[in-house]
Amino acid sequence: MPLTSKKPPLPSEDKRWRIVNGTMRRHGYARDALIETLHTVQESFGFLDKVALRFVADSLRVPLSQAYGVATFYHFFTMKPPGEHVCLICMGTACYIKGAGALLNEAQAALGIQAGETTADAKASLMTARCIGSCSVAPAVVFDGETMGNVAGKNLREKLAGWRPA
Amino acid sequence: MTFEELEQIAAETRENREKSPRELNVCVAAGCLSLHSDAVKKSLEEEVKRTGATCRVRGTGCMGLCSLGPLVASEPSGQLYKSVAAADAAEIVKNLEGAPVPRLLCSREQPFFQRQNLIVLENSGRIDPEKIEEYIAADGYRALVHALTEVNPNEIVQEVSKSGLRGRGGAGYPTGLKWGTVSKTAGTTKYVICNADEGDPGAFMDRSVLESDPHRVLEGMAIAAYAVGATRGYIYVRAEYPLAVKRFGTAIREARRLGFLGSQICNTKFNFDMEVRIGGGAFVCGEETALIASIEGRRGAPRPRPPYPAQAGLWDMPTLINNVETFANIPSIVRRGGDWYASIGTKKSKGTKVFALTGKVRNVGLIEVPMGTTLRQIIYEIGGGGPEGHKFKAVQTGGPSGGCIPEQFLDLSVDYESLRELGSIMGSGGMIVMDDSACMVNVAHYFMEFCMSESCGKCIPCRSGTAQMFELLTRMTLGTATARDLELLEELCDMVSSTSLCGLGQSAPNPVLSTLRYFRDEYIEHINEKRCRAGVCECGSTVGVTA
Repeated sequence: MPLTSKKPPLPSEDKRWRIVNGTMRRHGYARDALIETLHTVQESFGFLDKVALRFVADSLRVPLSQAYGVATFYHFFTMKPPGEHVCLICMGTACYIKGAGALLNEAQAALGIQAGETTADAKASLMTARCIGSCSVAPAVVFDGETMGNVAGKNLREKLAGWRPA
Repeated sequence: MTFEELEQIAAETRENREKSPRELNVCVAAGCLSLHSDAVKKSLEEEVKRTGATCRVRGTGCMGLCSLGPLVASEPSGQLYKSVAAADAAEIVKNLEGAPVPRLLCSREQPFFQRQNLIVLENSGRIDPEKIEEYIAADGYRALVHALTEVNPNEIVQEVSKSGLRGRGGAGYPTGLKWGTVSKTAGTTKYVICNADEGDPGAFMDRSVLESDPHRVLEGMAIAAYAVGATRGYIYVRAEYPLAVKRFGTAIREARRLGFLGSQICNTKFNFDMEVRIGGGAFVCGEETALIASIEGRRGAPRPRPPYPAQAGLWDMPTLINNVETFANIPSIVRRGGDWYASIGTKKSKGTKVFALTGKVRNVGLIEVPMGTTLRQIIYEIGGGGPEGHKFKAVQTGGPSGGCIPEQFLDLSVDYESLRELGSIMGSGGMIVMDDSACMVNVAHYFMEFCMSESCGKCIPCRSGTAQMFELLTRMTLGTATARDLELLEELCDMVSSTSLCGLGQSAPNPVLSTLRYFRDEYIEHINEKRCRAGVCECGSTVGVTA
């Protein structure tokens, strides 16, 4: 039995916390809902921060260390806010064989950042994925959630330039 | 639900379809979607509306030949259109009655389609994956109703054993044996888990099955639950597959609505329900004990086996865990019998296998062939060979746990044993063709980077060993390695594979070992001559980015 069944208050008035709370309620505040809840936090806020981790850990009665461990173990979770636009380059084997490495180099040069980073003006983030399963149209790049297949350097440069007008 | 009710739904669905005999089926699975098949579908719908043509436009699953997408099939003529753009809609609709549009025509007579034997993919591209009635009209859920109302759980286990089906996740453990163990183990609650954490880069079979025919997997899981006495199920899907998550979620809701999930299914005492769990992008979670830890809300670290999940799995209860494709085979086996399934394939590997054929081949896509088909048939007949002007070098199977198979073994039949003998594995079914533009040292380096980053860090051989091997391989690609480094690499391969805790570490050296076995001269060139014959590694300067 838990010592107290009292749930922590929502961290702020932000309505998105109610969505997060909804996920936990749907799972009956069970501890194994940790990953599911963190998915909801990231979907709602774009990233996980300390406030969110503490709130979720307290609500589900798991140690903060476990929540932090989970948040940092899984690649899908990020603790940094993403840029306004996200460019995700697939580095799966099929894409790699068809030149994803060169695309990544181009994107890094175009944005002036490394993979995993966000530009200083917070306009764009550059990410890589292990494999997004779009191997049939390799190399594939996901621009703001929309997958583009058979990407050439030219497509990539145009798309990125459109995000950050000079 | 009874057979009569099933038949009624099927009849109504067929009747509805016959009202408008002409159909345009647009593939809306991931491959074609990323080539904007949704826009094609929309513009076909608008065109049909505008012209008042008697034709239905449906969204269906994957039709296989993804490299020529977006694909549109015109029924009842069966014509297949390739590389369709939204602007082609008017021409396609105009020619519904008459001759097909030659410019877009894609022959179904080519070996890519003719050479296949569809079991898992039989409905793929033929039904709307979001409509349960269409699955029922294609004989769906008959196997479940038959299992629940006509046979006992034990007979199901026996039928699956008789079929000779082996785990399609890659290791090839006999499915019937696993089911038998779970059914015999006592436990207050038992679980069924579907492993849809398709982590191998270059593999998209499970994704496609879930997006194209989710009810088949759901039915397979429900039958499995009945056979082993489980009441609760989970499907663990990668977060990278949002469409698969969505379609499977729809499938669960629809199945509940018609009473295939829930309590007293088909008016029997059998209760079963399931939920989707979304992964977090960790390759190690494809390992069953790590996957279980992840469902429990923890970091995905594997634990030693035994006890196997069949004895103590999810929350220490007996748990049956199988791959998507394994479950997808079950409805057909139950419906048509184990003997029928066992008549397909080789002596020790029965049935068919779905492969994701990618890389340097003309026909890229999803294929299903009987076990025992040769690599040459797959690559040259179905795949159409490599692009002009390049020479075939190797085919990679099994992802980061597999290996590269060179040309001299292309006539080998594909089954669990022969691939293992070659130093590769069946794996989940990714098949990546490489030509002379690929450097084998670079490929080994690529996979080692993968294993190093994906190592969960729990056991030292894997955590440190992969990092050391990566460093040695980096030196080779940079042209700074010595002969001693090669010796060291081989020693490390042996050490890591024999002492790691789980499959990730045990198989991490495979890509290195197999390339060393067949392409040793390329390693020697990198070391002695500081030369990369494919021109991929910039020996002597900086290496191409691989991370």
